[in-house]
Amino acid sequence: MGLVLTEEQMLLKDTAAQFFQEKLPVANLRKLRDEKDATGFDRSVWKEMANLGFAGVLVSETYGGTEFGPVGLGIVLEQAGRTIAATPLLSTVLLGTTALQLGGTQTQRQEFLPRITTGDLILALAVEEGPHHNPTQIATTATASGDNFVLNGSKTFVLDGHIANYLVVVARTSGEVNASEGLTLFLINSADTKGLEVTRTLMADNHNAANITFKDVEVPATAVLGSVDGGWDILEPVLDFGRIGIAAELLGLIQEAFDQTLTYLKERQQFGVPIGSFQALKHRMAEMFAELEVCRSVVLDALNALEDRRNDIPSLASLAKARLSEASQHFTNECLQMHGGVGMTDEYDIGLFMKRARVAAATFGNAGFHRNRYAQLQGF
Amino acid sequence: MEALEQFRSETRTWLEENCPPSIRTPMPEGETPWGGRKASWTNPESKQWLDAMGGRGWTAPMWPSEYGGGGLTKDENKILQQELRRIKARPALLSFGIWMLGPALLEFANEEQKKEHLPKIVRGEIRWCQGYSEPGAGSDLADLQTKCEDKGDHYLVNGQKIWTSYADKADWIFALVRTDTSVKHAGISFLLFDMETPGVEARPISMISGASPFCETFFTDVKAKKENLVGELNKGWTIAKRLLQHERDMISGMGMGTGGGGAGLADMAKEYVGESNGQISDATIRDAVVRQKMDSHAFGLTLQRTNEESKAGQSMGAASSIFKYYGTELNKRRNELIIEVLGTQGLGWEGDSFSTEELSATRSWLRSKGNSIEGGTTEVQLNVISKRVLGLPD
Ligand SMILES: Cc1cc2nc3c(=O)[nH]c(=O)nc-3n(C[C@H](O)[C@H](O)[C@H](O)COP(=O)(O)OP(=O)(O)OC[C@H]3O[C@@H](n4cnc5c(N)ncnc54)[C@H](O)[C@@H]3O)c2cc1C
Repeated sequence: MGLVLTEEQMLLKDTAAQFFQEKLPVANLRKLRDEKDATGFDRSVWKEMANLGFAGVLVSETYGGTEFGPVGLGIVLEQAGRTIAATPLLSTVLLGTTALQLGGTQTQRQEFLPRITTGDLILALAVEEGPHHNPTQIATTATASGDNFVLNGSKTFVLDGHIANYLVVVARTSGEVNASEGLTLFLINSADTKGLEVTRTLMADNHNAANITFKDVEVPATAVLGSVDGGWDILEPVLDFGRIGIAAELLGLIQEAFDQTLTYLKERQQFGVPIGSFQALKHRMAEMFAELEVCRSVVLDALNALEDRRNDIPSLASLAKARLSEASQHFTNECLQMHGGVGMTDEYDIGLFMKRARVAAATFGNAGFHRNRYAQLQGF
Repeated sequence: MEALEQFRSETRTWLEENCPPSIRTPMPEGETPWGGRKASWTNPESKQWLDAMGGRGWTAPMWPSEYGGGGLTKDENKILQQELRRIKARPALLSFGIWMLGPALLEFANEEQKKEHLPKIVRGEIRWCQGYSEPGAGSDLADLQTKCEDKGDHYLVNGQKIWTSYADKADWIFALVRTDTSVKHAGISFLLFDMETPGVEARPISMISGASPFCETFFTDVKAKKENLVGELNKGWTIAKRLLQHERDMISGMGMGTGGGGAGLADMAKEYVGESNGQISDATIRDAVVRQKMDSHAFGLTLQRTNEESKAGQSMGAASSIFKYYGTELNKRRNELIIEVLGTQGLGWEGDSFSTEELSATRSWLRSKGNSIEGGTTEVQLNVISKRVLGLPD
C-alpha cells in the first residue's frame, strides 16, 4: 500500500463525501441537538448508510460485509468529520467490529457481525473509568461464580453507551488495578441484564456518551470475548484502531474548518479590502495549509499500517492521534479567531467544529498521552 | 523486474571494485567533495571516487547520458541509492551545478550550452555559484540592478551581488542580470560566466558560525560571451524561479537531516541529561525530544507521499514552498534542541574541553539559522503558499 489513494478508494471517497453532504450535513447535528433527540443520531439515515455498505466496511463478505478495510473506513470517517456527523461508525463499525474480529468465537461472530452490517445492532466499548484516558487503570471487577461472572464497578465516557444493544465491557479478573494483565472483555446485552444502570451524559459536541454502573451484574461465561485475563491483547489493538479512526475523522474536521475559513477570508471586507489580503492572516493560513499536508500523510500511513498489518501500528496510532489532537485544537482556535465576532455565534459552524475537536482529542488519549507512549515505544 | 535485479547485482559488483575503503567511513570536516578547478584533495581517495562516479555519470544518475549523466530510470536510481547506502558510501560530489543549475539547463538551455556545461558538472570539473541576491534585492529579488549591456560581440556586466555562497571557491557563476531597465520582471536575463574573467572580485564575509562561506561579489566591466545567455533575452525570470524550486527542494531535505536526529537525539539526551527507568530523566526535555522525533517522522511521510503522488501524476501545489518552510523550521528546532540537550557542552566555541561533536553542534546550530533565510525566507514561502495555493488576494 502506498500513500496515494487507488481509483476504487477515490470512488468511495466521492460517494461518502456526497452522502454526508446530502444526508448528514451539519444541520442534521443541530436538529438532533435542538430537538433533544433521545437517540442522538438519525436511525433512518443509519439504515441507508448500512445499505450503502458503510456499516460493514470491515466485515468479510461471508457475513454480508463489504470488506473495504481500514483505509476504506478511514475515508468514510474523514468525510463524516467534515460534517461532524453523529453516527455509530466509531462505536459499532470500528470498535465493536474490531473487538469481535480479534476476540470473537465463531458463534459470537456469526451472531453479531451480520446484524452490525445491516445496521440493526449498536455496540459500545466501556473502558474508561476516570476523566483521563487510562486503559489499564481498571477497577471494575468480574468475579467468577460457578459458571458465571459477577461484575461490579463503573464506567464513564462510553461512546453510544445509552443506545447500545450490547456493551463490550473491560473488567478486571485478576492483577493490580493498573496492570495490563488480568483484564477480561465481556459482551453484555444491555436490554435484559439486571444491575446495569446506564445514564446518558450530554457532551459539548452533542455526540453520544454515557456513564454506566454495574451492581452485581451476573453474566454467563459465554459472554467472555477472547480469553479470561487476556483482554489486553484485544483491547490494545482495538484502541489503536480507534485512535487512528478518530485521527481520520479529525482530518476531515480540520480540512472543513480550514476551507470554510478560507472562503470567509476572501468574502469578508474591512478597510475596503478582503481581510484575506492581510498578511497577519495569510501567513497563519499558509502555516495551517502545510500542517494539513503533514496531517494527511500521517493519517494515510497509519491507515496503511492497519491495512497491511504492519508491526509499527502502535507508533503510527500514537503519531496520528497526537498530531491530529493538537492540530484540531490549533485549527479550530485559529479559525474562530479569524472569523471575528461571527465566530462566536451559534449560527456559524466554527464553534461546533471546536467542540467536536476537543471531545475527539480527549477520546482514547490526548496529545500528551500519545507523545509519552510514542517515546516509550521508541525506548526513551 | 529481472532486468532490475541484474542491474542491482552489476551495481553492487562495480561499487565493490570502485568505492575506496576510506569513502565508506563518515566524512570528516575538510573532506567535503565540492570539485572544481580549485579543489584541493586532502584525501586522494575522494578524488578517485569522484572520477569513478563522475565517469559513469552517477553523480547525476538520472540526467541523459548524452550530457554525461547516468541515464538511469527512477527505479534504477532507487537501486543505486540503496546500494550506496548499503555500503555507507559518502557522496562523490556536492554541487550547486547538480542540485540547481543542471535541472534548469536541461529545461531551458540550447543544445550547445547543454553539451558544454552539463558534462563538466557531472564530472565535478567546474564548480558553480549562484549570483542572485544583491544588497538592494533580497526577498524582492526581481528588483535586481546588476547591469548587462549588449556590446555587439559580447555583454558588459557591471554591478554587485551579495551572499554569494562559495563565490571565492567557484569557477563559474550563474547570474541574474538586468538587460532592460524600463520593466521589472521582464527585464531580467540569465547569464553564465567564468569567475576568472577580468573585473570579477569575490570578498568573503564572516558568518556568525565563524565560517566564511559566502561573499560580496563585484563585477566591473566584466565581458561575458553572448553564447552564455540561457533562454531568451529578458526571459530570465522564468528560469530563475524554476531554479529556486530546485534550490528549495534541496534545502528542505535538511529537515530530514540526521545530525542528532531520531534515536541519536534520544541517546544523546540520556547521556547528557540522565536516565531513569529507561527514560530521559528530565520530563520537559523528553517531551521536546519526542516532539522532534514525531515531527521528523511526519515530515518524512509527507515527502514520501508527495514523491508517490508526483509519480502517480497528481501533485501538490507549491510543494517546494511548503517543504522549504516546514523542513527548514524543523531543522532549526532540531538544532536548538541539540544544544539544549548538550547544555554548556553544546555552547563551546573551540579548544580541548569540548569533543568534536560538541563543537560542531554549536556551529551547526548557528548555521541552521540561515536555512529559513537562504533560498527565499520563511515569510516569502508563506506568501507564495497564500497566493499560489490558497488564492488569497494581494
Ligand atoms: C547562508 C546563506 C546563504 C546564501 N547563499 C546565497 C547564494 O549563494 N546566492 C544568492 O544569490 N543568495 C544567497 N543568499 C541570500 C538569500 O537568498 C537572501 O538572504 C534572502 O533571499 C533574503 O534576502 P535579504 O537577506 O535581503 O532579506 P530581506 O529581503 O531584507 O528580508 C528581511 C526580513 O523581511 C522579511 N520580508 C521581506 N519581504 C517580505 C514580505 N513581502 N512579506 C513578509 N516579510 C518580508 C523577510 O522574510 C525577512 O525576515 C544566502 C543567504 C544565506 C543566509
